[in-house]
Amino acid sequence: MSAETPQPRPRRESLWLKLGAPIAIGILVLAGWEAMVTVYQIPWYILPGPVSIAQTLVRDWHMLWPSLVNTLQVTALALGVAVVGGFSLAVLFASARWIELSLFPYAVILQVTPIVAIAPLIIVYVDNLTVALLICAWIVAFFPILSNTTIGLNSADHNLLDLMRLYGARRWQVLWFIRIPGALPFFLGGLRISGGLALIGAIVAEFVAGGAGSGSGLAFRILEASYRLEIPRMYAALFLISGTGIVIFLFFTGLSHLLLRRWHESAIKRES
Amino acid sequence: MTPLVTLSGVAKRFPNGTLALDRVDLAISQGSFVSLLGPSGCGKSTILRMIAGLVQPSAGRIDWPGLPEAARTGAHPELGFVFQEPTLMPWASVADNIRLPLKVAGVAKADAEARIAEAISMVGLEGFAEAFPRELSGGMKMRVSIARALVTRPKLLLMDEPFAALDEITRFKLNNDLLQLWQRFGWTVIFVTHSVFESVYLSNRILVMSARPGRIVEDVAIPAPYPRDDSFRVSDTYGDLCRAVSLSLHQAIAA
Repeated sequence: MSAETPQPRPRRESLWLKLGAPIAIGILVLAGWEAMVTVYQIPWYILPGPVSIAQTLVRDWHMLWPSLVNTLQVTALALGVAVVGGFSLAVLFASARWIELSLFPYAVILQVTPIVAIAPLIIVYVDNLTVALLICAWIVAFFPILSNTTIGLNSADHNLLDLMRLYGARRWQVLWFIRIPGALPFFLGGLRISGGLALIGAIVAEFVAGGAGSGSGLAFRILEASYRLEIPRMYAALFLISGTGIVIFLFFTGLSHLLLRRWHESAIKRES
Repeated sequence: MTPLVTLSGVAKRFPNGTLALDRVDLAISQGSFVSLLGPSGCGKSTILRMIAGLVQPSAGRIDWPGLPEAARTGAHPELGFVFQEPTLMPWASVADNIRLPLKVAGVAKADAEARIAEAISMVGLEGFAEAFPRELSGGMKMRVSIARALVTRPKLLLMDEPFAALDEITRFKLNNDLLQLWQRFGWTVIFVTHSVFESVYLSNRILVMSARPGRIVEDVAIPAPYPRDDSFRVSDTYGDLCRAVSLSLHQAIAA
């Protein structure tokens, strides 16, 4: 029988392909970029090459590093508040239907209104700039956690819930023993999205704050550099921002894998 | 001897108007192995869920003359329930799955450990305490589910087609193991099935049910002595009993 049936393609590609291929593409693109800049003699104030950007990154590190720390602080803090707030609100939603019905629409409104449109108002009303940035980042970060965790808490196995009723379990026991562990994969999925969104929220808010945020985060550095036409520094700051985003994503992917590898389908390696 | 549980004039009408059960009168004596046998939709699972207190009857009453006064209302720790699916927590090990009812009841840790180990050895899963459900076969998952139902030391074990999704070899093995445990511990078992052969093999009493509306149409005693084993499965007595019960089931379906 196995002679006729086509074998399924092995799912586990070799590490070589998984790491090597994207790195090769990266090197190719960078080399092409550098070659183009050199061959056509494009001036650095229009398009700097990767080498020039790297040099700027090293030269301006003393001002880029504090900005990176600043942006990271806002991102991490906003994400932390989003996790606590989103998770608690989801638990509240799962424990009483009327709370979910009355509050969820407002969470959706907050989510669908573009943050760029709300940010100026928040910056007008909130005196402390860091707090204003934090609020902006939090608004975009908390919704994926809230909505994912709510779905997770509500998708507990009905037979397990019946069993808990049979055993006379209290509400908190059902929540703690059944609903929360079952919601973990959903929560982690939300966390992975929110990590990136918190960074985006922080950056967007910094842009909106503009000059008011003098000496603060990476977005401010980009604005400042653009006023002075220091294009390489704009690229250097951009590089740091996307690098941060990648690190955040990898961190939560790893965390999710670590927590789910024993039991959840998403984290199990399949035999091939 | 007082029966463990009685149903008198119990009926169930679902909110959509369907009459799932019509006037069921039933007394389950202590220590018996009773099968509810019938076509799908005859309300056999509904009876089980009503006895478990998961579904409220629309008419009639369920009494527990065989239990002490204090244990007759509210949650029933004297009950064990096994569903058709193993219904395990995928994030918890075998031991933690079996621990669930003890944790809910607040049983002390040392006591719980001993009882979990006992339940694991009762169902023959020694060495798998730390395994996760997804690492187990269908039959082994069902064993975990049974161990979880037994760990509270129930007086009454309710089983809702527990072996229906298993292959025949695994089912026969679990049938034998279940019978041995039942004989050793002497609980009462109410077993829902749609298999004539399984019900005859296991029970000493079969209630044949008919659908639309669900009701009990025949009460058949299976007098064959225990212990029953594979030689009973191939005996003439078994064949005759199966034929008789099969006939009543056909009449019940035609009725």
